[in-house]
Amino acid sequence: MILNALFSPEFINATLRTTTPILFATLASAVASKSGITNMALEGIMLFSALFGVIFSAAFHSAWLGLLVTMVLGGFIGFILAFFVLKLKTDEILAAIAINLIATGGTVFTLLTVSGDRGVSSSIKSLQLPKITLPIIENIPYLGQIISNQNILTYLSLIMVVVVHIFLYKTPLGLRIRAVGENKDAAESVGISSKKVQFIALIISGVLASIGGFFLSGGYMTYFTKDMSAGRGFIALAAATMGGNTPVGGLLVSLLFGAAQAFSNIMQMGGSLPHELVQMLPYITTLIGLGIYSYSLMKKRQRLSGK
Amino acid sequence: MNSNTRFNILRTILSVGIALSISFIIIFFTSQEPVKAIVELLTGPLKSTRRFGNVIESMIPLIFTGVGVSIMFSANQINLAGEGSFHIGGLVATYIALNTTLPTGLSPIICILLAGVAGSLVTLIPAILKVKTESSILVSSLMMNYLILYFGNYVLSYFIKDSTAGSIVSYAIPEMTQLSTIFAGTRIHVGLFIAIAISILGYVFLYKTKVGYELRVTGENQDFARYSGISIVKITLISSLLGGFIIGVGGGVEILGMYNRFSWTSLLGYGWDAIIITTLAKKNPLYVPFAAFFLAYLRTGASIMARSTDVVTEIIIITQGIIILLVVAEQFLSKFKHKMIAKEAKATLENMKGAE
Repeated sequence: MILNALFSPEFINATLRTTTPILFATLASAVASKSGITNMALEGIMLFSALFGVIFSAAFHSAWLGLLVTMVLGGFIGFILAFFVLKLKTDEILAAIAINLIATGGTVFTLLTVSGDRGVSSSIKSLQLPKITLPIIENIPYLGQIISNQNILTYLSLIMVVVVHIFLYKTPLGLRIRAVGENKDAAESVGISSKKVQFIALIISGVLASIGGFFLSGGYMTYFTKDMSAGRGFIALAAATMGGNTPVGGLLVSLLFGAAQAFSNIMQMGGSLPHELVQMLPYITTLIGLGIYSYSLMKKRQRLSGK
Repeated sequence: MNSNTRFNILRTILSVGIALSISFIIIFFTSQEPVKAIVELLTGPLKSTRRFGNVIESMIPLIFTGVGVSIMFSANQINLAGEGSFHIGGLVATYIALNTTLPTGLSPIICILLAGVAGSLVTLIPAILKVKTESSILVSSLMMNYLILYFGNYVLSYFIKDSTAGSIVSYAIPEMTQLSTIFAGTRIHVGLFIAIAISILGYVFLYKTKVGYELRVTGENQDFARYSGISIVKITLISSLLGGFIIGVGGGVEILGMYNRFSWTSLLGYGWDAIIITTLAKKNPLYVPFAAFFLAYLRTGASIMARSTDVVTEIIIITQGIIILLVVAEQFLSKFKHKMIAKEAKATLENMKGAE
């Protein structure tokens, strides 16, 4: 019965939906990590963006304009993180924790100030990006039910996997980002300004994470609730790490998280397994996967250094 | 006291001042009754015994998590599983209290110790992973928190849930296992003494023992520590084990002292609070109670303010974030620091000249 559920088109369709925000944040984490900085502020950026999306889509009467402003502000938070880490020499983890705290309090505070709502944006008439049915594909049995009728941002997230891959591996800026992340001093010695590159990487990271945050309140849900990022930023950090900070690897691990979440959603609605145990699955998988992945990296390093 | 320490103290005070000013400015712009709000925030906790009691009660868990995280951060182990340790500490203490019949007096002690053991396991797993596979302790410790949260929800729903209660809570913990109140009119409990003792013991461990010294050396400079013959593996494991144990004890004490049922179905944020306390206390367990008092005072003040005015308590979380940012920003006020050091150097030079 569980197996049937796992291969049902509804389940896979739901998985793509739950994966979307995680995937955006995972790509964001990958770009930052490639430049040598751990962006743990993803959680806060997503939370802020979920609120910004609601406020600005309502203010401009346009979901697209709302998304645009949210992306700009997401990039700005990335810039602030970069400013503290690179200019003021703040520990990147502590700076990120601070930003996450400010997001937790700041979103509730801003929501109350803007609309008078406490914790849930019920009085703001926010807009969502549309779901799309794909012509021709929607008529293919099974496949159509999975792929068609998703939110436009779900398609965008999959496209972004390719875009970020090309960006990191085929463009000069991507090469610089990877060079700085691999060895800062070597990059500096050939005339690359590592600070500038890391600034850019963190801003891009902020923009990517903000799209994921926007999706939470403008697609996945239709309103903002406090703490709605619910650890997705941290999950993304783990997904990116376990995926070797590559976009494609990140996609696979994000899907795993998405599937586990979709599965626990089904189990919550009266399944045969306790949904709390199902919810533990992705974290256990990540711990084990992370261990195996890191172990193989360690062995590789030891082999290369000839020990 | 050299100029560096003096500068650090000054900067911390200034950072707190700036952060508070920023939140006052925000209150002024958003509130209908800003003066009342700020007065309530700053003086509210002093207005009754019960309110001041609230400050001390909420200080207790902060001391435990603060000392635990200070020990891990002193060894430069950025282990963020404290959140999970605290959670499971509360869960285990409840579970043991409900499922054993131990003599009065012994019962809370056993519950709290086992809570500590469970807490230490939570921080130890990421540390073991780190030692064995060199995987990021940061990422795996974050995963542990969610693992523990859902595990806790599972145990709560399937093993200790009181189905006659209206909400998802455990059965009531027997009175003899609860920690007794020490001041009438408040809920301040024996846990306060345990917390203070832990902070002193933590200080003694970090600053007066050989292992503590090794731990701090490793935190300052891992390569130097390795060349001096310190076992990094040992330090990683000891710091996580001890840090998690203390935080787990904190979770147990909190449940037995403040609640009579286990009802935590989401992460409480004590792990994150511990970060700001560690930052303010400069990783020294002896300063932790003061930082915890400061935060607890602000929190209590904020909730009084929220009850009597239109400002929400979340303003304090924003303040917390700003304090962390300013205190840990190395370059913040660095020009001033430079001047201070230069002045001191000059003074020393002149003293030397005078001596000649």
